[in-house]
Amino acid sequence: MSDEQTLDLLEAKIEELRHLDATDGIDLSKEIEKLETKLEELRHELYANLGDWERVRLARHPKRPYALDYIDAVFTDFYELHGDRIGGDDRALVAGLARLDGRPVAIVGQQKGRSTAENKERFFGMPRPQGYRKGQRAMRLAERFGFPVITLIDTPGAYPGLESEESNIGGAIAESLATMVGLRVPIVAVVIGEGGSGGALAIGLADRVLMLENAIYTVISPESAAVILWKEKERMKDAAEALNLTADHLLELGLIDGVIPEPLGGAHKDFDRTAAALKEELAARLDELAAIEPDTLLDVRYRRYREVGRYRDASPESE
Amino acid sequence: MPIFRERDYLRVDLEREPDESLWMKCKACGELVFKRRVRENNNVCPSCGEYFFLTAVERVGLLVDAGSFQDVTRAIVADDPLGFSDRKAYPERVADAQANTGLRDAILVGRAAISGLPVVIGVMDFRFIGGSMGSVVGEQICHGIETAIEDRCPFVLVSSSGGARLQEGLFSLLQMAKTVSVRARLAEAALPFVSVMTYPTSGGVQASIASLGDVIIAERGALIGFAGRRVIQSAMAQELPDDFQSDAFAFEHGAIDRVVGRDGMRDELASLLSFFVEAR
Repeated sequence: MSDEQTLDLLEAKIEELRHLDATDGIDLSKEIEKLETKLEELRHELYANLGDWERVRLARHPKRPYALDYIDAVFTDFYELHGDRIGGDDRALVAGLARLDGRPVAIVGQQKGRSTAENKERFFGMPRPQGYRKGQRAMRLAERFGFPVITLIDTPGAYPGLESEESNIGGAIAESLATMVGLRVPIVAVVIGEGGSGGALAIGLADRVLMLENAIYTVISPESAAVILWKEKERMKDAAEALNLTADHLLELGLIDGVIPEPLGGAHKDFDRTAAALKEELAARLDELAAIEPDTLLDVRYRRYREVGRYRDASPESE
Repeated sequence: MPIFRERDYLRVDLEREPDESLWMKCKACGELVFKRRVRENNNVCPSCGEYFFLTAVERVGLLVDAGSFQDVTRAIVADDPLGFSDRKAYPERVADAQANTGLRDAILVGRAAISGLPVVIGVMDFRFIGGSMGSVVGEQICHGIETAIEDRCPFVLVSSSGGARLQEGLFSLLQMAKTVSVRARLAEAALPFVSVMTYPTSGGVQASIASLGDVIIAERGALIGFAGRRVIQSAMAQELPDDFQSDAFAFEHGAIDRVVGRDGMRDELASLLSFFVEAR
């Protein structure tokens, strides 16, 4: 039994006792309290000091809330747009208009499926070129009418397949980035689960980049890094640590702007609380950005990306 | 003019004598060929026509007018922002690559002339950690573009890269956003960007700067694509055509403008660039 299953079992036991307490009139409050303390302790032990690999597991947890869950909970009036106007409609990427506390926004996000059938439709949240092209349509629409853009990143990566390459997935990612560079409205990107490589970054060039506490954002999956760099696929834990792919590491490295807290055990443990925290953060960031003139916004965005990178001076004078 | 004349290993020496250790076996036809002969033939197999890698220095020699190349590569080297170590520590990997290639990192940038037309050219070198783009390569590409804007001349990038430099983690991924940002400035300045894709142009380089050329030319024999063949086969268990991600594949599917042989590339660039000179 996994640690998480132990916790679930304990939770169920407490529920059962509560039920007995309420229906049979037996006073079990002492026992319940004791178990609850125990549960909290266990949960804390398990989740308070998560290793990087455990966070990778949480970021991919089957119960983790996906983009449409947040879209439903955080926004109102979601009006989904479909199709790239060229060849199809990619369901791995959702795009549309919505309101955040009454304010119109455009949303672009990768959407994973929860069942096999859903994943067949959603390609496990791995967009193909038509997905990114649809995303750009929504961004351009937002620009035309002055709506800010919010992107919700959750993908193992762009769809790695023949049809994807045939319709130039690399070019589509590059074009999406180019669109975001020049978009004259605020962009806020949030990594809600998996930020997998170029497929994630393709909708991640933004004025504010945020991550949920247990989300990951990485140039390559730890599994692939283990194979390519260590030549041992079992070394994914080492790879996860080496890649600095967690929200706290990336904040420390100055590559993201903020971390949105999750309940102990992950976003799915208390979705309402997570969604509320996301909503609060988004509203604050949009307020901040709304006050900035478009020209200034673009200049600041430009400088952010122009300056990203770490290298050392090697000129002879400096040695 | 090289800025770092004190440091020989950092200089671009176009006259450097090649390693003349006699014979090599062609990986394509298996024929034993005289190395010097291969080199004189622009690293194309004299027996079967297979293209071998060109180093950045060789590539520069092939593409620009003799004596016109002025190295403007910035004096920067890789840092190790993550303290990364796989089977080898990253700084050690970089030091080895520097020793083996005589380069600071996987790219050279310079002012040059092609048939008399001034350009700024960036040329990647696959030998340097697979031509991967980390913070240094990203910065050098941006520096090259900015130099082109300063000089009011076209920018040419010759890619030879497996993608992002994994050892710099997200810093490398973000070089895609960085180079695309600066590329937009070149467009605003109404200066042309010619992207030349060679074997291989893949991953994060293909999914950013290399795919944003006003004109994209592939060298014959190039490999062009985002995800590697093995990644696709293992992830998707998908049968892939033999010519998958070849120059012909990219051409047939509309990802590039033209495919040009190594011998013809200089003339190709000259003809193309001449349009933009006349336009100004």
